[in-house]
Amino acid sequence: MPPDATAAPAAGRTVPFRGGGFAPRLHRGAALVAFAALIAAWQAAASLKLVNALFLPSPLQIAASLYAMAATGELFLHVAASLRRILLGWAFGTAAGLGVGFAIGLFGLVRSIGLPLVSALFPIPKIALLPLFILWFGIGEPSKVATIALGVFFPTAIAAFGAVDNVPKSLIRMAQSFGLPPFDIVRKVVLPGALPGILSGFRISASIALILVVAAEMINAQTGIGALVLLAGSLMQTDQLLAGVVVLSVLGLVISFVLGRLERRLLRWR
Amino acid sequence: MELVVDGVGHAYDDLVALDGIDLEVRDGEILALIGPSGCGKSTLLGILGGLLRPTRGEVRLVGALPPGTLNPFTYVFQDFALLPWRTVEANIALALEHHSLGAAERRAAIDEVLALTGLADFRAALPKQLSGGMRQRVGVARALAARPAVLLLDEPLSALDAQTRDLLMEDFERLWAQRRITAVYVTHNLDEALRLADRVVVLSRRPGRIREIVTVDVPRGARSMAALAGLHERLWRTIRDEAASADREIAADAA
Ligand SMILES: Nc1ncnc2c1ncn2[C@@H]1O[C@H](COP(=O)(O)OP(=O)(O)OP(=O)(O)O)[C@@H](O)[C@H]1O
Ligand SMILES: [Mg+2]
Repeated sequence: MPPDATAAPAAGRTVPFRGGGFAPRLHRGAALVAFAALIAAWQAAASLKLVNALFLPSPLQIAASLYAMAATGELFLHVAASLRRILLGWAFGTAAGLGVGFAIGLFGLVRSIGLPLVSALFPIPKIALLPLFILWFGIGEPSKVATIALGVFFPTAIAAFGAVDNVPKSLIRMAQSFGLPPFDIVRKVVLPGALPGILSGFRISASIALILVVAAEMINAQTGIGALVLLAGSLMQTDQLLAGVVVLSVLGLVISFVLGRLERRLLRWR
Repeated sequence: MELVVDGVGHAYDDLVALDGIDLEVRDGEILALIGPSGCGKSTLLGILGGLLRPTRGEVRLVGALPPGTLNPFTYVFQDFALLPWRTVEANIALALEHHSLGAAERRAAIDEVLALTGLADFRAALPKQLSGGMRQRVGVARALAARPAVLLLDEPLSALDAQTRDLLMEDFERLWAQRRITAVYVTHNLDEALRLADRVVVLSRRPGRIREIVTVDVPRGARSMAALAGLHERLWRTIRDEAASADREIAADAA
């Protein structure tokens, strides 16, 4: 219909719009404001003596305790000890998990044996094995690292073979049709194709490593954030206890941030 | 060089997809395979290039491969099958990396097929940045880079819209005017087959058997609708019957 400026619009009602909602939009800064408000309310409750400082120390007390521990260097000692265990355990568990996961994804025999085995062992809470590991490896670092490695191993293996399974068969057939040798197909098609699934597995395994390091340090350790929190609790130093919890939260955020950057960097093609 | 299909049949478990196919693909010809959905066209193409093992019969290569052949049987896929994490250039390179070519020679080969398919300006693009038509051009460029003896195209235009399909058909015509590459072209589109092929093989509905082999004796430059009308009319009648029965059969399967 040609536009006709002189014609009067026909009478009638506008068609009502019904397509709104169900598309959550991010409001910039909303999270920051809410966070600040929460802490302010908490601080206000403490300052007005609405809560007992022993049961719930104020944000300022926690900050002061953090500062004091940082000043003596004690904080970094604990963080470094925990980080070292996390990194070592995560690295061992990830290496083994990726190896086994890929083997399950690629070879029928390994899959037939590995799949039921992994399914049976995955649900065991790995911390329950720490006493056994202490018997095997002694009371020191290796038993803690082994607990974390084992905890990381299973989700990594499961993520890896799931990711391999999800590489489109059409791409593998394509590579075969161009005569790529099997090892090249794994390296150039399966590995990069499985990367998204592997990286999201890293998120899960990293948070498991964080949980397990604290648990292991609470069972027996002189250093580490878990030990710090446990000691502070037994001495009723709840401000120090919560300072340790804050450090854990920050650690979790940092890990997730690093993984997010890694994902964005490696998966730019998506 | 010639490809001889000798008594080939294929079954997926109990489902007989192909039955008693005898056929030869002649040197330098473009052979269209046409047939209703599910009649075993992709199966036959997979067998031709060694991606599927026939349950009966065999495919033989008779005569010598053209000199310089890298990957004798090379596919162009309906869904393009590009690696999404590789650029256009790197996707093409995939066909060459495992062959012992010098870096300069590989580069030259890539440049050549990029130019041939009009992709020179897109070499650094990722597949997700390209239209469907351009993606399939990458698929064609990659196949050409592999210097095939036989090009095996499985409904290369089916994922594209009608206009893009026409443009790519022009590309194919130009390409085949420039270099005679033996090709098997699977399609369910009669216009495509009549426009591009030297011979058209009509398959029956499943289990796929050869219904008819027709030579298109109009030169490729002169294939107007009018020139092809008689052939089109005749083949359409055959295909229509097969397609109609196949259609009802699939509906019965699902029930
Ligand atoms: N891997 C498979 N396992 C079992 N059945 C299969 C498999 N691949 C194909 N089929 C069946 O074999 C028959 C022939 O399949 P094929 O893909 O060769 O047909 P087609 O002619 O290429 O069909 P389309 O036009 O849909 O591409 C179909 O009925 C299909 O469902
Ligand atoms: Mg098909």
